[in-house]
This record gives sequence, C-alpha cells and structure tokens, in this order.
Amino acid sequence: MPRSIRASGWGHSMAETYGRELRRAGADANSPVRRLVLLLRRYPLGAAGAFILTVFVLAAIFADAITWLDPLRTNAPEKLMVPGGKHWFGSDVMGRDIYSRIVFGARISLAVSLGATTLGSVLGVAVGLASGYLGGTFDLCVQRVMDVLQALPLLVLALVTSAALGPSLTNTVIAIAIPMIPASARVIRSNTLALREAAFIEAAQVQGMSEWRIAIRHILPNTVAPLIVLATAQLGSAILTEASLSFLGLGIPEPAPSWGRMLSESAAEYMRTAPWLVIFPGAAISLMVFGTNLLGDALRDILDPRQRG
Amino acid sequence: MIADPILEVAGLRTVFFTAAGLVRAVEDVSFTLRRGEVLAVVGESGCGKSITALSLMRLVPSPPGRIVAGSVKLEGRDLLAISEAEMRAVRGNLMSMIFQEPMTSLNPVLTVGEQIAETVRLHRDVSKADAWARAVEMLRRVRIPEPAQRAKEYPHQLSGGMRQRAMIAIALACDPKVLIADEPTTALDVTIQAQILDLMLQLQQESGTSVLLITHDLGVVAETAQRVVVMYAGRKIEEASVEDLFARPMHPYTHGLMRSIPHLAAMSGAVAERLQEIPGMVPALSNLPGGCAFAARCGHADAACAAGVPPLEERRPDHYVACWHAGTLV
Repeated sequence: MPRSIRASGWGHSMAETYGRELRRAGADANSPVRRLVLLLRRYPLGAAGAFILTVFVLAAIFADAITWLDPLRTNAPEKLMVPGGKHWFGSDVMGRDIYSRIVFGARISLAVSLGATTLGSVLGVAVGLASGYLGGTFDLCVQRVMDVLQALPLLVLALVTSAALGPSLTNTVIAIAIPMIPASARVIRSNTLALREAAFIEAAQVQGMSEWRIAIRHILPNTVAPLIVLATAQLGSAILTEASLSFLGLGIPEPAPSWGRMLSESAAEYMRTAPWLVIFPGAAISLMVFGTNLLGDALRDILDPRQRG
Repeated sequence: MIADPILEVAGLRTVFFTAAGLVRAVEDVSFTLRRGEVLAVVGESGCGKSITALSLMRLVPSPPGRIVAGSVKLEGRDLLAISEAEMRAVRGNLMSMIFQEPMTSLNPVLTVGEQIAETVRLHRDVSKADAWARAVEMLRRVRIPEPAQRAKEYPHQLSGGMRQRAMIAIALACDPKVLIADEPTTALDVTIQAQILDLMLQLQQESGTSVLLITHDLGVVAETAQRVVVMYAGRKIEEASVEDLFARPMHPYTHGLMRSIPHLAAMSGAVAERLQEIPGMVPALSNLPGGCAFAARCGHADAACAAGVPPLEERRPDHYVACWHAGTLV
C-alpha cells in the first residue's frame, strides 16, 4: 500500500546533480580547480554574479586597507566635492568621503543581509521540519500563522517590526528575518513531506532510528539544495529591504554608513546639484542585488533541476 | 529435525481506517519462524504480506493503520507489548528488514559506509573507527569488491545489485536473529536476482539468522525456503513444507498459483499447453465477501463456501489448509 506512494524516485542529492552537471559540461576532470572552471564556463552569468559578490565581500573584509579616509569623519571645507582626485566618488554635504562610505557600507549591507537570511532560514528550517514531520494539528496551526506572515509584503512587515523594535543593527536583522521565515518554512515543509515517504526513511526506521535522528540526520541534509537556492534569492531581497528601511529612517542609525540612508539623505536635495551623492549608493545597491540574483539563478539551475524552465 | 521457534506470530490482526471503510489488511494470521529457517510468505499484490511484515516491525503507518489484536513473540518476548523505545532497540538489532527498492532505500547524501556504521553505533557501544571497520567488513561479507573504497562512495555511484548488497549489509550489521526480506529481488535483473538470493542464503547459513522471505515469486520460494505460508486477502490459507506444497497443494488458490507458472517441459513439448490463470481478481479488502474470500474465483465453490470462513486445519502432517473442500480435492 504505502509502497506505491513511495516509488516516486526521490534522490537528487547535491553530489548527484553536481556530477551530472559536470558530465553535461563534458568534464572528466577530477581536480577541483578544473571542475570549478567548467562550472563557471557553463554558467557565465552565475560566474558574473559570484564575481560581483566576491568583490563586495572582499571590499567589506579589507575595508580598512583599501580606503584612506575615515567614512565617519566630517570635513566641512571639502563638502560636496566632485568625484575625482582625493575623493574618488566625491564627498557629501558634511565632507565625508563617499568612496569610504560605500566600502564600509558594504560591511553593513552584507552583515544585515547575511544575518537576516541566516536567522530567517534557521527559524524557517526549524518550523518547516517540525511542521512537515509532525503533521496533524501542529502543522495546520503553524501553516496558518505562516499564511498570516506571508499575506503581508516583506517590506511592510519589516517596517512594522523595525518600528516596534527601534533602529539598531540587531533589530534590523530581526525585522528582516521574521518576514523571511514563511518562505523557507514552506520549502522545507514540502520537501519534508515528500521525503517522509521516501524508502530510505522507512529503511532508517527499520534500523531502529528515533524520529529525531531521522529528521535531523536523514531528512534535513536532503533539503539543503533547495534551501541554498532559496537563501540566495532571499539575500537579494534582504539587501534591498535593509536599504529601504534605512532610506525610511528605520534601519541602521546614524552615523553608520548605510547605502539606503546615504540615498535618503541626499535624494531630495542634491539629486540635481550633486548627483554623485545618489548615483554611487544607488549603483552599489543595484549591483549587489543584481549579483545575488545572477548567482541565485545559476544555483537554482545547478541544484534544483525540477524548477528549470 | 524441528528447531525451536524464534518468532511466534499468533492471531495478528491489522486494520486500516480509511474513507472507504475498515480495511482488514491482516486477519488472524499466525505462524512460527524456527531458528535458522527460511520461511516464505507468498501471495499476490495486496494480499497483506507486506503489511504483515510491517506489523512485525510495528511500523504500520498510523494513522490510518493499527494492529488491533495478536502477539508477535521474538524469543518469547511480545513485541506488541513493549514500549516504542524498547522496540527501537529491537529494530535493526534483533530484527532487521530489507525492502524491494534498492535504488531508493539508501540515503543519497550519506556514504554507504556511514550508513552501515550509523546502524552499528546505534545498537552497539563502539567507537567510530570500530563502526567503520565493521562497515567495511560487512561490505566484504556481502561480496562487494574493494569494500574499503566502496564504503566511501555514495549510493548513486553503485548499481542496483550493489545497493541491495549494501542494504543487506546494513540489515545484517548487528547480527539480527530475524531478517525480514520484503520482495528483496523483485526490482532486480534476473541474473542479479539469482546472485542476491545466493548471497542471502550463504549469509543466512553463515550467521544462522532466521529469514522471513516475502515474495510473490514461487520460483524464489522453491529455491530458498524450507516452509511456505500462502496468504490470500489478508488471511493465511495454507502452510506446508516447500516439498509438500509444490508436490501436493491443497488449497484451490495454491493449486491455481502452481498451474500459472510456465513449465519448461510443457513449453518445449509437442503439446503446447495453455497456461492456466486464476479467473477474476482479488476482492477489495474493504469489502470482503462473507464466506471464503476465494469462493468467487474458485471452480469448486458451493453454498458452504459462501456461508462461512473455512478454518485452518491440519489435513496432513504439518500441512495446514483453510478450505471446506480440502479433503475432497486432493
């Protein structure tokens, strides 16, 4: 009886899909470097996304080494300088160096987006796994709560949470993480439901494993691929949401250099007179979101062949 | 020579509560597995043989299924009466099971060695290194070449036959007293089937494990088992030694099963004999007729068959059959 349901042929592991991709790319290479080169060649857009993100990550890590001006120090005589010379990207109304603020802003942007995505995914995985594995009334109640969370747009929910908690780095992370829970919870739940019927789960039961062990050691690792795909997609919206919150004055408080806040300070007044105040932070936000989207699309194609269009 | 019993199943009754009504998947089934013996349970799809196996393991999906009556005694201890935690210590340790689908029965994200070692560490207080050594040793015992290398590989790197060998390695890793093999060779190529059966028999003789072999393939039964239980529509309808059953089947259903096997002699002979099929289909378990469940398909059925379920009786020494007409049909 349950046998027929089970024969759905589950078993796309990451190693399996990875190997298949390599074979499709004509690879017989065993060296990791060569494998990487082949993957990059097969997904040029994904490679571009990965490159963009790598640049931002490196910039964030080595911010002190690649800048020469304090992003927070005001310098009245040098206010609203045109890009070039000492101020590559110009300076703002208080004479702060835009280039330094963009580079240090990458730290904030990455910290908030990675933090929020990680927190949201961890909570989502916990909720989704419990919901899918336990089922019944628990599942029903949890899913209705998720429905409520999902009914509100990401930004609106983050806005309300952020306003309630007050502006700070930690609170911004929390405010962005909470609206992200339903998406990962849904993905993990549906995967768990499918995996629960898999033959190897029954085999694990037959070997005398507890429900806990099966859920953590046998179901969870099999949901990693879709989770990575989703998390990359969420990373982009987290960056954007952080910028939006800061733009609206609810995200990272002054004087920290947040790209969103840099935009909001200058958008209205200096758009015409000093457009570099708007162009550089705007470009930084766009480029980073663009990078995560490119990488996310490539990862989806590599890890989750069922969603391929 | 009659060895002492290791697994005694008595009056087992498993039902499913479904939208279509109460499904009596296993109805009053009793049998005894003796030490070191291979006992085959045969029957067509949906006759309750797999649910019987899951019931022994207490893994009937619940809801909707439930074991409502009976006892399953492993070395005298009733498995239906112990706690779930105690039962977990039995599964994979004293009593193991292998399934039909070797392609999907292994976790795709763990290496074969890890999966064997995990079961060992679950039931034995051994170090990781010892468990790994045991995993490699088990792979060697199931005749997988280069076991140390294979242990580090993932299931998708192994063929179907290899995977079933790996499943057997997992099942036998803790030297269980009883191995339940649910259609272990059905999904495999014929040549691989023979290899796996040979392997199972060899391991069974080496370790002295008792095997409950669930199959619909009478050829497999003839090659491997000492005794056979025939099931139909959730009930045991006949039990005998393999020789006796194949020589003199007493139940009309068993008789029909025998006649539906192609024989080389009949096929090569001048007289091409048509294979005899059993007319009709297995009745839906949710809507069984009042009397003998086989009556509608049986050429010998009469009023007595529709009136009551025939009891299981010993019609010849050690040959039990549940048919009103067993006495007259032989």
